[in-house]
Amino acid sequence: MILIECPNCGPRDETEYQYGGEAHVAYPEDQQSLSDEEWGRYLFYRQNPQGLFAERWVHSAGCRKWFNVVRDTVTYRIDAVYRLGDPRPTVPGETP
Amino acid sequence: MAELLPDHPDFLWRNPEPKSSYDAVIVGAGGHGLATAYYLAKNHGITNIAVLERGWLAGGNMARNTAIIRSNYLWDETSAIYEHSLKLWEGLPAELEYDFLFSQRGVMNLAHTLQDVRDSVRRVSANKLNGIDADWLDAKQVKELCPIINISSHVRYPVLGATFQPRGGIAKHDHVAWAFARKADEMGVDLIQNCEVTGFVKNGNRVVGVKTSRGTIATEKVGLSAAGHSSVLAKLAGFDLPIQSHPLQALVSELHQPVHPTVVMSNHVHVYVSQAHKGELVMGAGIDAYNGYGQRGGFHVIEHQMAAAVELFPIFARAHLLRTWGGIVDVTLDASPIVGRTPVDNLFVNCGWGTGGFKGTPGAGWTFAHTIATGAAHPLNAPFSLERFVTGALIDEHGAAGVAH
Repeated sequence: MILIECPNCGPRDETEYQYGGEAHVAYPEDQQSLSDEEWGRYLFYRQNPQGLFAERWVHSAGCRKWFNVVRDTVTYRIDAVYRLGDPRPTVPGETP
Repeated sequence: MAELLPDHPDFLWRNPEPKSSYDAVIVGAGGHGLATAYYLAKNHGITNIAVLERGWLAGGNMARNTAIIRSNYLWDETSAIYEHSLKLWEGLPAELEYDFLFSQRGVMNLAHTLQDVRDSVRRVSANKLNGIDADWLDAKQVKELCPIINISSHVRYPVLGATFQPRGGIAKHDHVAWAFARKADEMGVDLIQNCEVTGFVKNGNRVVGVKTSRGTIATEKVGLSAAGHSSVLAKLAGFDLPIQSHPLQALVSELHQPVHPTVVMSNHVHVYVSQAHKGELVMGAGIDAYNGYGQRGGFHVIEHQMAAAVELFPIFARAHLLRTWGGIVDVTLDASPIVGRTPVDNLFVNCGWGTGGFKGTPGAGWTFAHTIATGAAHPLNAPFSLERFVTGALIDEHGAAGVAH
């Protein structure tokens, strides 16, 4: 069980949250001109790093707000929590 | 005086030093990698092969799965490759001269809601049309086949019926890997453990070698068979895969007298249970929600599946959980595998089997070997190409995958 620090409610158990996968995936701006390859990339391809990962969580059983987290996918340690719209922070020990 | 230790049993394979070049290199000595090497040698006469393994042979998901074998998937493409696999399973103990305790005790997939019932009956019909053994059982028949199951209507999700595939069952997973390894080794395949792939050598867009922790190995063809680590390897080779790696947990109880005669899976309440030959109850559940390479997950997932197991099997309430563990599963968005070519020439990939790769071991190996040997798709793996994520010809098996992805 991961302890996640909701930006609005503070630290709560993982079971209060739902997972939203990779963060910062923008909806394509010019959909009409997208090729099948580009649509495929947008719909089906997400980063899957072994290590630091910027990802979305929603506090379903609390404030019901989405936010972003930088988490290590090997140790599961959370290095940063930040609000939607904020840029991904550089975490300690990481080369920017 | 203490008894003398017995002699060490014969080793099943050599542990050769890697050569400087091979005709083909398989990355990952799990079930799929070993089966691929075996069929490359047996079906295609390609024996100058190395299987490279970062850790020890069959120490990843092959050591961690719940050993369930079945082929009762919904769509033609999926049932074809899994049924081919099941037919191979039926002949493998004799062919590999190794009794890995393949036990066709049947697999039951429970239905708990009206929609479950409709989907299950549809799947039984689809299976029959594809020549796969399948029956629809009502709750009473479920109870006759598996007397310890609770079919009372006074539970949160009562058992309304089940699909049943009599030819499904379980096998001793470790022994399956060792059986493939021994035969592949006998045909000249080099199984190289403690050899991590750290990069690829390319000539233009064609792979010509593999960089490893034990030196660079030249080769004309590379097959990736690395399950949860496929994305990491693909990145090293310069392309992406549409998969996400998740922890998937399983557990066993202590040993018990035989009480559970078949395999029971429930998508809806989310648990699957069989009883291993030794007597421990083997159970698994759904994946942990987040991406993870840690080979462990949260205990709340275990608690959730235990709640489901105890409601289905009240007799398990006093059993003790002995051990839990996690593997890393490579999940695609349509719950179907990816087997075929990649954007890099002569580099092939077999991944995306997610939570159900064990049962597909022989079929994956058979068809992947064909693809590596010929450079072209096998009729059974053609629908599972990477191109389907561009064409949109997805094969949505979430319903029959047995576990929510």
